[in-house]
This record gives sequence, C-alpha cells and structure tokens, in this order.
Amino acid sequence: MDILDIFLTASFWVAAVRIASPLIFATMGELICERAGVLNLGIEGIMTVGAFTGWLTVWLGGGLWLGVGVALLAGMAMGLLHGVLTVPLGLSQHVTGIGITLLATSLTYYIYRIALPQVTSPPKIEAFQPWPVPGLSEIPLIGPALFAQTPLTYLAFACAALTAFVLWRTSLGVAIRAAGENPAAVEAQGLSVTWLRIGAVMAGSGLMAVGGAFLTMSAFNSFFFEMINGRGWVCIALVVFGGWKPGKALLGALLFAAFDAFQVRLQQVAGGVVPYQVFLMLPYALSILALVVMSRRAAAPRALMVPYRAGER
Amino acid sequence: MRLEPIASPGPLRLVLMPLAALGLTVLVAAVLVLAAGAAPLPVFGLIVQGAAGSQFAILETLTRATPLILTGLSVAVAFRAKLWNIGAEAQLYLGAVMAVVLGTGATGLPAPLLIPLIGLAAVLAGGLALLGPAVLKTRFGVDEVVTTLLLNFIVLLFVSLLLEGPLKDPMALGWPRSEKIEAAAALPRLITGKRLHWGFILALVSAGLVWFVLARTVFGYEMRAVGHNAQAARFAGIRVERVLLKTALLSGGLAGLAGYSEVAGLKGNLTLDLSPGYGYTGIVVAMLALLNPLGVVVSAIFVAGIFVGADAMSRSAGVPSYIAQVIVATALLSMVSALLFTRYRIRWR
Repeated sequence: MDILDIFLTASFWVAAVRIASPLIFATMGELICERAGVLNLGIEGIMTVGAFTGWLTVWLGGGLWLGVGVALLAGMAMGLLHGVLTVPLGLSQHVTGIGITLLATSLTYYIYRIALPQVTSPPKIEAFQPWPVPGLSEIPLIGPALFAQTPLTYLAFACAALTAFVLWRTSLGVAIRAAGENPAAVEAQGLSVTWLRIGAVMAGSGLMAVGGAFLTMSAFNSFFFEMINGRGWVCIALVVFGGWKPGKALLGALLFAAFDAFQVRLQQVAGGVVPYQVFLMLPYALSILALVVMSRRAAAPRALMVPYRAGER
Repeated sequence: MRLEPIASPGPLRLVLMPLAALGLTVLVAAVLVLAAGAAPLPVFGLIVQGAAGSQFAILETLTRATPLILTGLSVAVAFRAKLWNIGAEAQLYLGAVMAVVLGTGATGLPAPLLIPLIGLAAVLAGGLALLGPAVLKTRFGVDEVVTTLLLNFIVLLFVSLLLEGPLKDPMALGWPRSEKIEAAAALPRLITGKRLHWGFILALVSAGLVWFVLARTVFGYEMRAVGHNAQAARFAGIRVERVLLKTALLSGGLAGLAGYSEVAGLKGNLTLDLSPGYGYTGIVVAMLALLNPLGVVVSAIFVAGIFVGADAMSRSAGVPSYIAQVIVATALLSMVSALLFTRYRIRWR
C-alpha cells in the first residue's frame, strides 16, 4: 500500500472520527472551565472516573444511556470538588488539578479492585452499536466516517456545537466568558463569579467524564488500567491550539485524531524501517509543536488561573 | 461567603488545621477500608507496622523515600519560581538512561572517577530535559505545564525504543531491559546485604544543598522573587528569564539524579517500570513540605512509608494497595486546604 492510498480508505476516516470523539468531549469540557477562568488539570483523572463509572453501570446491568448519565454525574462531582478548592478557596489550580487527577485515578483503581478482585482480563460489556444514517452513510469516504458512527460520536459533535452556541449566543455564556476575562465586571452586574465558575467547572468536568466513558462504552468495550493514557493532557494542548474557541478546538481534535489514525497505518507501510515508538511519539511531539506555533497568537482568557476574591485587587 | 485574612494566626490554629487535614485523610481511608470489607483500625496498624515496625520495614521505607526526596526537591525548587515542572518523571528517566549508557559503556574508569562522572551526566540530562520547556516558556510563552506533561510520554517511548534497540540486554530473552551496569559504576549499599544504598545519603546531601541555595544565596532570593511576582522582580532588575532557565537546570538535574540513584544504587539496570510515578508523587511530596527542602525529606519518608506499609498490609489483609495513592492524594488536597485556613477565616454573609 502506498502512503497516499491511506487517505483513500474509508477505514482511515472512520478511525479518525472515532479517535476524535472522546477528545472532542474532553476538549470542550476543558475549554468551558478555562473560559470561566479555571485551569482543570484534573482532566486525566476525571476521564478515568467517567470511563470506569460508565462501564460499571452497564456491567452491573444498567442501560448504556444510564451509564453515560452516571459518568456525567460522577464527572460533575469531581468538578464540584475542584471548583470548591480553586474558586472560593482560591487554591493553586495546578496543585489541586494534579491532586484531583491522582485522587480520581487511584480511587477508581481501588474501587475496581474491590468490585472485581483477582480478575486478570477485564470483562467486556455490550457497547454502543453504530447508527448509520440512511442515505448519507452511503457517500464514499466521508459517509461512513461521519454518518455511520455510534450515537456518542454524534453527541460529541452536537456537544461542540452546543458549547459554541451557549458560550457565544446566550447571556449565560457571556457571563461565563466574562468570569474568565474580567470577574470584577461580572460582580458589578450583580452576578456571582463563584457560582459561575463552579458551575462551569462542573459542566466541563461532566463532559470530560463522558469523553472517558466513550472509551469504555463505544471503543474498547471494557475498562483497564492506564486506559486514558495521556488523552486528557492532549486535550489541554488542544484548547490552547484552538485559541480557546470551540470551532478551532474541534478542528484541532479532528486533525490530531487523523494524525493518530495515520501513524498507525503508516507503521504498517514503513514498519520495519522506523521503530514503532517513533510513530507513537509523533502525536505528542506534534502537540508541542502546535503549542509553539499557536501560543504566539492565542489569547488566553485574561483571568485564567487568577483566583477572584470580592473586593480584592 | 468570603475569605478574610487573619493578621496573626494563633498557635492553636497553626496546630489544629494540619491535624484536621490528617483527621480527614484518616477518615477517608477508614471509609475505603470498610468498603473493602475490612476493619479500619487493624488495617491502619498493619500499614504502620509494614512501614516502620521492623528494621526491614524502616530500611525499605528509606529506600523508597530516596527517589521521592530527589523528585520532591526537583518540584519544590521549580514551584518556588512558579515554574510548573510536571515532567520530573521524564527527567528521572533521562538521568537513568545516562547511568546505563556510561555504566555499561566499559569505560574502564575506576569507581571514584566513574561514579561522579555518571552522576554529573545524569544531572545534565535531567536539567536539559527541563531546559527545553523552560526556553519555550520564556521565548514563546508556551505553557510549561502542558509541554512537561507531554514530554513524559515522549521520553518514556524514547526509553522503550532504546531498550528494544541500542541498550537492549541480549540475554534478556526479548524483555525490554538494559544490561546491568558494571560494578565500578554502582553506588554501594549502606549496610551489606540490605537494599538501602548511598543514593539515600546523596538525597540527604542534596536536600541540605538545596536548602542552602534557597535560603542563603542570591540565586535563591531571585527565585523566590520571580515566583512571588515576576513583574516586580523584573522591575527590581532581576533577569527573570535567566533565573527561570537556571531554575530549570537545577530542578531537572535533581530529578535526573533520582533516576541515576535508582539505577546505580538499587536496580542495576533500566526497565520501563523503573519509576512507578516518582515524578508525579514528587509533586505531592513537595507540596506537603510547603516547598521547604528540609521538609521534603520528612514528607518523602512519610509518603514512602504509606506506600511501603500499604503494600505490606495489602498482602496480609486483602485491601487493595491502591489505597496508598488515595491516602496520599487526599492528604495533598486536605493539607493545602488546611494551610489556607491557617491564614484565612471564612466569613458567611
């Protein structure tokens, strides 16, 4: 197979969109948090919690959508913890974020071990099946990629559109963005920066958890350790890459996923010659490169990582 | 609700708040032990016994504390200057790579020359690994949190590549593992027949040196000034970029030393599981110590004790050893909150 032929196979585009789906959820989640002024380094742990709780719900006999709901709520609970620690208490967002990731990950592993003692290969669940859209899914290449995915993928795109709509077209969104740019002005309007920020972190963390749940409920069909594998950190890079804008961040997630799908196929072509680790490194190296290119122009929310205390300057 | 600064916190508050944090951590641990179907008190007893109940336990705790002191120092130094180094894991592995490259290189050098040479190389490798993100931060304004995090993955893949290629041990039957370093490159054991090695002394000396640098030198003062308020520091004539780059070299170097000490003192060779997250745990160690280098020694031993004790307990009581990480994370979050309440009180409106 020639390298360029990769782009002509439907399976490549299908894989790219599938790989992008959890990233879209989590990137939108992080974007909402940061737009409100809170960096959420708990993302890796919150995705782990979502992946586990969603899977556990289904494994215990709950429905798939119930699993998504449980993951969302578990993520929001983690977001509440991060929100309380960073917003009213104003603790270092770096430190609490890392703390949340450590806590969420280890708590998940602990509960997994209690729930399934001595299990070597994690049990599979009956996961989401593709919902092909009649007609549209017949289009060559993009048809299967965009219109024959599982419902969670459609939800991911809807979630990106909704994030953009709420943040830019509703008064709530304007208030959330203002909380990340100029909290004193928000307070002058009689709104509570504290509640806006906590709410945004909870909503954003919920989306991160659904992104994690995608992995267990729509991709791998079971839960295993280290399964998030840095995806959360990549999403933080994607938010910067997207200049804190949902549309560009969505594009970034798709590009990143396409690159990831491409390197897997490139290994089959150029395997033997180049060690496989080089291919696995490329997405991370690309993230760093993208950050260098974009950081010059990107304008972060001005009050990002700045705790707000009423009456203090 | 709002926070109100306390002009001078009383001694009661200074003692009670950390105790409350400890209490909360114990409470969370008790709930988790109950969830596993065991009784909390005996399990806690087993953890303490496993961490400090015998000569073997104490030596094991100190052995485990050795890399944590060094990664804790690495994080503490960087955080002082508000350089958010989340990449100590990568720096540790690059230090370890240096130890293996030079230690198996058949240099023919005697131990008194070879050991310091490898140590320096490891420090340099770790330092350069953080210098990259630091340059990206000062030159291009790229957030070092993301770059140092992503570098952890890149470096681990790089190590995997080395272990399956140039550094592969041909006798390892396909396992990704390096050859053992030669005897002249190894750090001797502190007590013959025990696992505790000279890396521990190295870590203690490092803590003392870092304390000296931070408390008694101009560089230490500049780091604190940059961390406190970079703009004010620049206004006062401090060359902020230079301070950040020097801090990066020092911080990364300390983490590199941790990798060197693990290979040369304990394991003898390099594998992909050399560090079970020492770089990340270093963040907790540094924060529990309030970024104080001497406090890092205490908190590293405490954290190591929890891990060693939980491992021992897990074998006999059947409670998953992941409880150690939950305890450490809870301790981190409750301790940073408690410290806030030594300086502020809540006013409900």
